Amino acid sequence: MNATLRYLTEPLIANNPVTLQILGICSALAVTTTLQTALVMSGALTAVLVLSSATISLMRNHIPNAIRLIVQIVVIATLVVVADELLQAFAFEVSRQLSIFVGLIVTNCLVLGRAEAFATRNPIWPSVLDALGNGLGYSLVLIIVGTIREVLGTGSLLGYTLLLPRAEGGWFEPLSLMQLAPSGFFIIALLIWAIRSVRVEQIEKPQHQLSRSEVEQ
Amino acid sequence: MTDLLLASLFHQNLALTSFLGICTFLAVSQRFETAFGLGMAVIVVQTVTVPINNLIFNGFLQDGAWGWLGLADVDLSFLKLIAFIGTIAAVVQVLEMFLDRYVPPLYRALGIFLPLITVNCAILGGSLFMVERQYDFAESVVFGFGSGAGWALAIIAFAAIRERLEYSDMPRGLQGLGSAFLVTGLMSLGFAAFARVGL
Repeated sequence: MNATLRYLTEPLIANNPVTLQILGICSALAVTTTLQTALVMSGALTAVLVLSSATISLMRNHIPNAIRLIVQIVVIATLVVVADELLQAFAFEVSRQLSIFVGLIVTNCLVLGRAEAFATRNPIWPSVLDALGNGLGYSLVLIIVGTIREVLGTGSLLGYTLLLPRAEGGWFEPLSLMQLAPSGFFIIALLIWAIRSVRVEQIEKPQHQLSRSEVEQ
Repeated sequence: MTDLLLASLFHQNLALTSFLGICTFLAVSQRFETAFGLGMAVIVVQTVTVPINNLIFNGFLQDGAWGWLGLADVDLSFLKLIAFIGTIAAVVQVLEMFLDRYVPPLYRALGIFLPLITVNCAILGGSLFMVERQYDFAESVVFGFGSGAGWALAIIAFAAIRERLEYSDMPRGLQGLGSAFLVTGLMSLGFAAFARVGL
């Protein structure tokens, strides 16, 4: 059982999809201006990921190798359309804020990446666990980034004021940079740095190195 | 039109302000030449697919598009994701065969990047933005070219910076991916500034 559970826990930090595998970064950056959108996006992506991995794993012995990419994309696209319609029906405001990014789950390399790398070669139960683990690892990054950006950018979190802004008589000056695109990159860079300071084995080997004589010049 | 072109090239740059295609952006920018090849392929595919998807959406999928057949309440716009991804895959395939047959040097240069483009979210994102912002056909041609060229500009500049970065003395945890994110963030700040300059 331990071996199976590792599929679930491994992608949380040790093999995190965003900070190590470079998968699914577009949406991780774009929807994290507030925690609410980050949570909804995490939910949608995890659901699509788990269902698509399960479906593809069930069909894995019946898909001809030559057309497997097309089949995978069709399965994923169908699930995404369902997720998108559900969000528009039950959470219209959030779906507006997420704009095109729910639709972009189709080309989110995380979903296709896990389907191609794992679900096509493994039975359904490990595939589901692997998908769930990767979905949660992705959600973890989104939630951390979303929390930092919302608290520092507006002073509140999910509608509750944590740091009273100066405009309302408090001391906190909202950092508008946090609501703009670049801050997402910076926060993920710092997150990667933090993870790699603890887990030294993730550090990439430099491809080139200056020789000592060049450094001393 | 000029405004739209400049906006899609600079301050609404797909890669740096909408975060589209960032996975490929980070993964295929280790070397300048490969980044250049991929950038060119994105320009071509984006300029072709956005107008085609515009025609498909306006002709078949939009609310009321089947009115001339007496089916005025048919709204197929929920099919746009599947239709667009199909179109993109088909265009990439056709383009690949066409280049292979008639422009072999270009095919050899772009060859391995073309299939990658099908799953590049900058391409699908471009078509979805076209629907969301309700561009007409001419605008979608301009937007397709501008956003493709903007993406290419960003990845080429980034690859050039990254080649230099290899020689810099980084904190060890930031080597590779970490520094790539930081540099992209700084470039994104730079591109956002174009909005203020009012090009």
